[in-house]
Amino acid sequence: MSGSSIRRGQTRDGWLFVAPAVILLAVFLAFPVLMALWVSVSDWRGVGSPLSGDVGFVGADNYANILTGGSLQQRDFGTAMRNNVYYVLFVVPLQTAAALGLAVLVHTKGLRGRGFFRTAFYFPSVTSAVAITVLWLFLFNSTGVVNAILGWVGIDGPNWFGKADGIFHSALAAVGVDAPAALTDHRMLGVSWWEWLAGPSFAMSAFILLAVFTTSGTFMLLFIAALNNIGDEIEEAGRVDGASSWQRFRHLTLPMLRPTLFTVLTLGLIGTWQVFDQIYTGTQGGPAKTTLTPAYLSFQSSFNSQRWGEGAAIAFILFAIIVVLTLFQRWALREKP
Amino acid sequence: MTSRRPSPWLYAVLLLLAAVYIFPFLVNVATSFKTEPDAASNPISLIPQTFTTAAYDRLFTEVPFPTWFKNSVVVTLFVTAGRVFFDSLAGYALARIHFRGRALMFALLVAIMAVPNVVLLIPKFLVINQLGIYNSYPGLVVPLLVDAAGIFIMKNFFESIPVAVEEQARIDGANTFRMFWSVVLPMARPALVTIVILSFQGSWNELNHFIVAANDPELTNLTKGVAQLASNQLGQGTKYPLKLAAAAVMTIPVAILFLVFQKRIMNTSAGAVKG
Repeated sequence: MSGSSIRRGQTRDGWLFVAPAVILLAVFLAFPVLMALWVSVSDWRGVGSPLSGDVGFVGADNYANILTGGSLQQRDFGTAMRNNVYYVLFVVPLQTAAALGLAVLVHTKGLRGRGFFRTAFYFPSVTSAVAITVLWLFLFNSTGVVNAILGWVGIDGPNWFGKADGIFHSALAAVGVDAPAALTDHRMLGVSWWEWLAGPSFAMSAFILLAVFTTSGTFMLLFIAALNNIGDEIEEAGRVDGASSWQRFRHLTLPMLRPTLFTVLTLGLIGTWQVFDQIYTGTQGGPAKTTLTPAYLSFQSSFNSQRWGEGAAIAFILFAIIVVLTLFQRWALREKP
Repeated sequence: MTSRRPSPWLYAVLLLLAAVYIFPFLVNVATSFKTEPDAASNPISLIPQTFTTAAYDRLFTEVPFPTWFKNSVVVTLFVTAGRVFFDSLAGYALARIHFRGRALMFALLVAIMAVPNVVLLIPKFLVINQLGIYNSYPGLVVPLLVDAAGIFIMKNFFESIPVAVEEQARIDGANTFRMFWSVVLPMARPALVTIVILSFQGSWNELNHFIVAANDPELTNLTKGVAQLASNQLGQGTKYPLKLAAAAVMTIPVAILFLVFQKRIMNTSAGAVKG
């Protein structure tokens, strides 16, 4: 066989081998994204095919409707953004700290039952978001486990998934601070500054705890892998130099965990913008829209309100947010010369 | 030098934390064997006042749980089989076969992996609808048959095994597919087990694809069915024992998978997330 015919055969075989994957990914990922991009700039309302002739091009109207003009759609999007920003601000630091803490404890030299502890902390990560949310609805209901435990220390817990008050607002109200006019008069994305400062609602707080519960195990594994790579010599050196265990952790271990820490933070940032399953199962955005997220709002606008153009536009705004975060991760983790 | 033993305090802290992570699941199982009033008045107790399997009986009478379970099994089996085959085919080509367009294919794959799932809700519905497979088994299964991350794992694995064996088979006159099927694939068992685990867990726990691919109750799977049960789309009432029984049963298959392949799962997750 001559060289060129081998190469021709290789090209044919190569394409035959990747064809099923390429066709499936193109038809069910690439093509739909383009189709949704079209829907986001069209006036399609869910009837017939969006590719048919009587669907019109409306330019950036759908995007404008969400981002400007004081419409209900803008207010909903602003509320969803506020909710998700708080979700990110709480979940990312908490899950990272929990994961790092668990990893350090489990990694302790000479620990007996290491496998058991690792399994216990990781198990929530393999279960489905739906099953965990069902469990959470029970744990946090007004007569649930969480309130029963709070009752031991004399705290009368709320009906978590029914309480729309923001935790910052509640804390301020407890010390007698009410909405100042300066904050209620000004709006951003249709939501007043005072409402932006509400903090996550009690319902959202329960979702925040759920996220920490289910993700800390996964990220713990990343930290354990990194700790295993560091090796004992450095620890020993620090010990010989008389450093306390906190000093050793702070000045020797932590700096070496930096790349992993960064990976966990950015994976957390990307993941927390995609919260959907829990909302669909648990609250459908309620109470009072305080658990609405852009991902869920995009679904709701399209499938429930038949506002497909706006739903698709929200999905692309969300996509843009996630792409920016991903690029930021790539940039920050780039190979340093 | 004295050998250092971890202090008892460390064990105390770890046991307390382990209790926090395990206790919710024990509550889940215990509550599913309680009566509704018992679940409301003694939420913490792990021992039902009157032990009853009523909630499990109601899974068969009150909700079409067997249908949901069957659909989840069917979808998971097809998706897992499809991913094992197609992911390894494509992964092998990208690792070993020198063909024009390979670099482009690989770049495309990386780009696709970056598209978040929730962004695809509306797009997937549009194309499933356009192709006329809405409310059908193909609509539930076909879009999930390939996953970019799986191809990536297989490609990395094939790159790690020596070329010599394949060269021998080629000299013996085997064509590319024969060689792939009877020489390369048997060597890839560890990676294939990884794909099986990830696909099984992924498609068993998948929710949003099934929400947009069908609305026929006959095609509802476990995640969607239980989510609708939880959000009272299937009738009012707290029904905690019933809902928690459903949650417990749907967790059993992944729990078994996890316990059997524990070690590999924990190593894989660390590797896969690291990317």
